[in-house]
Amino acid sequence: MSESTIVKLPDQSTARIPKMNYLSKENGILSWLLTGDHKRIAILYLISLSFFFFIGGALAGLIRLELLTPQADLMATDTYNKVFTMHGLIMVFFFLVPSVPATLGNFLIPMMIGAKDLALPKINLLSWYLYIAGGSLMLYTMATGGVDTGWTFTTPLSTHYVNTNVLTTGLAAFIAGFSSIFTGLNFIVTIHKMRAPGMTWFKLPLFVWAHYAASILMVLATPVVAIAIVLVALERTIGIGVFDPTKGGDPILFQHLFWFYSHPAVYIMILPGMGVISEVISTFSRKRVFGYTAVAFSSVAIAVFGFFVWAHHMFIMGISNYSVLVFSLLTMLVAVPSAIKVFNWTFTMYKGSITFETPMIYAFGFLGLFTIGGMTGVFLGTSGTDIHLTETYFIVAHFHFVMVGGMLMAFLSGIHFWWPKMTGRMYPEKISQLAAVVTFIGFNFTFFPQFILGTLGMPRRYASYPPEFQILNVFSTAGATILGVGYLLPVLYLVWSLKYGKIAGNNPWQATGLEWQTQSPPLTENFVKMPIMDHDVYDYEWLEAQQEKEKEVASAR
Amino acid sequence: MPDSSTVEHGASVAAEHEEHPAYLRHHFESTEQQADATNFAMWLFLLTEIMFFGGLFTAYLIYRNWYYPAFVAASHQLDVFWGTLNTLVLICSSFTMAMGVWCSETRRKKGLVLCLALTFILGLCFLGIKTIEYSEKIEKHHVPGFHYSLQSFTDPQSDPKVFNEYHDKPLPVDLAVHTEVYFSLYFLMTGMHALHMIIGIGILAFMIFRARAGAYTSGHVTFVENFGLYWHFVDIIWIYLFALLYLISRHQ
Repeated sequence: MSESTIVKLPDQSTARIPKMNYLSKENGILSWLLTGDHKRIAILYLISLSFFFFIGGALAGLIRLELLTPQADLMATDTYNKVFTMHGLIMVFFFLVPSVPATLGNFLIPMMIGAKDLALPKINLLSWYLYIAGGSLMLYTMATGGVDTGWTFTTPLSTHYVNTNVLTTGLAAFIAGFSSIFTGLNFIVTIHKMRAPGMTWFKLPLFVWAHYAASILMVLATPVVAIAIVLVALERTIGIGVFDPTKGGDPILFQHLFWFYSHPAVYIMILPGMGVISEVISTFSRKRVFGYTAVAFSSVAIAVFGFFVWAHHMFIMGISNYSVLVFSLLTMLVAVPSAIKVFNWTFTMYKGSITFETPMIYAFGFLGLFTIGGMTGVFLGTSGTDIHLTETYFIVAHFHFVMVGGMLMAFLSGIHFWWPKMTGRMYPEKISQLAAVVTFIGFNFTFFPQFILGTLGMPRRYASYPPEFQILNVFSTAGATILGVGYLLPVLYLVWSLKYGKIAGNNPWQATGLEWQTQSPPLTENFVKMPIMDHDVYDYEWLEAQQEKEKEVASAR
Repeated sequence: MPDSSTVEHGASVAAEHEEHPAYLRHHFESTEQQADATNFAMWLFLLTEIMFFGGLFTAYLIYRNWYYPAFVAASHQLDVFWGTLNTLVLICSSFTMAMGVWCSETRRKKGLVLCLALTFILGLCFLGIKTIEYSEKIEKHHVPGFHYSLQSFTDPQSDPKVFNEYHDKPLPVDLAVHTEVYFSLYFLMTGMHALHMIIGIGILAFMIFRARAGAYTSGHVTFVENFGLYWHFVDIIWIYLFALLYLISRHQ
């Protein structure tokens, strides 16, 4: 191959960041805190999300340090309970659920469909404030002693037995839930009503389809966990009997209500990531996504099936054998649309001209790790193996493969991919490739041993374990330090690149999306003229023809 | 981007600008698009509300199936008279709200203020009647929690007013305890509904204030329309609550 990269940057000696852009339009802290601009809100989210990610990450570090030795020696066992609970709560409600939608989705959906903004800018800002309010409350909870129910608020533990801050935690999750509802609602309205002329449903980038599917889940599932949390709070304060067996209530009902949200929530977390991967793989393979329609509908199928599998979290909680059978079968069905996506991404790369820029390396990481995470999900969906594996480290490894290996890889892939669009500058390529590889290696070191630990029978949620498990736990803790380096590196060089990065120009990746056909960083209104979608999505020939035309115009002058 | 694939938008902006009413937000192309989008958003929001109440309806469905005798006995404690009156009050308020939307569309300022004020008063009436009902429950120790009393169910004759009407047989204690689940759901569902009413009444007060300044009668009806949707939704929830909570086995 003569060219190993598709990157096309403007001449650095003459290139300048456009003077008028969404960052330079207004100055001062108030212009950010009262903004209605979806791009600025996305940046606000990016900063606050990263903050919570590093708090959650620090807690994860504490967990791994404690598990370095078989005895509970670094912290008391009840402190350990609080640490893993806070880790779960912060990562789920304040990082994973809003991660890609609130940052990249917020920034890109209006640009991808050719709109000036989301349909409801004030609601968008409100959702950020709700996120901050919920997050502050969560930090307050942590500062005043934390909570130790596990992130699942399991009754009757949360309602009757523990003496920690269940109420403030519940309120924080409740508020964060409304932030998520408003984001989802805003996306659905925007995608329905704000598309540019010619932008039909089947010309939408797959990123938008994935967010549409995730938004359906946010809007329909989140209110159910809200009411479940209200019930827990009332049960705890005034002692209503809805979940209390002594009064005729049923704790299993709480499980149903909770997982009716919290299972779809994992698709809220992963679907936007899948959207990122579709864009990245297409761009760096120079090919239209193979089976575009199938990938688009598989997102919706995941959203729909995702509503009917929640009871697989309850196989050992005393639901009837018949519902185990049905939910086990339905759980297998979710594997089908997920596999459709993975196969189609692979076929997209087949005979494509692949280049290995950082976003693509992260995307490769996603493909491998998500596939392992997904396949082990099938083990857990099978009721027989689930009874052996549930509540062990196998589950911990499974959802970290999907969430960290899948979602976080996709998040980082997307951040690198759209960084030039968001800031107008390129990140440094070599060191970021290194960071991607370090993350991948560190991740496997950390979480692969946990699969083995789980099958050997090490239970989750304990500060101590039998000494024969130590060697694998040491592996895992060692891997976590590598993983930590992998996550710190991007923060350093991305901040560095804000000042010293190369000027990116409009379209450094030669990508086809509408967001790349405007200046970087974009104007507050996104486009100078309203775009018309007169070509197909992922149409690289159209892009080449455009560039030819532009050259001709330039040479005619 | 080359000109062939774009609409010449910039040149005509200045000319169009004067035709645009002040309430058109900058990111919409037309008032129709704006109205369309906000309306759609309201419907979606109501969908989330349905899911929110859906959790409570699910709990109701399960426990009513399990504890039917207790639910019947506990339901007899509710006064159908007040329930029916409240249903009528709410249906009337929905009517005045619908008239308010019509007034807004046909630009009748006085009519709009009157309709909103009537809706406001009817909403307060509903809450007043609800307070009467709640206070009766408090007196009889039917509020779930530490002071809950089973006396009305284990010894129905101690409660002559209800007994004379329904002649309920005494329930054994192990069945009677389940009335507390009924009252939990009763207070939760009606309480959540009342909370929505209170929020609605607050917004109504704000709207009356703005309507007197002529805000909704100059063509921009979306806010009134969307609030109308919310108000009707709260009304419909009540109609379900009325049927499910008050009307269990009322026949002799």
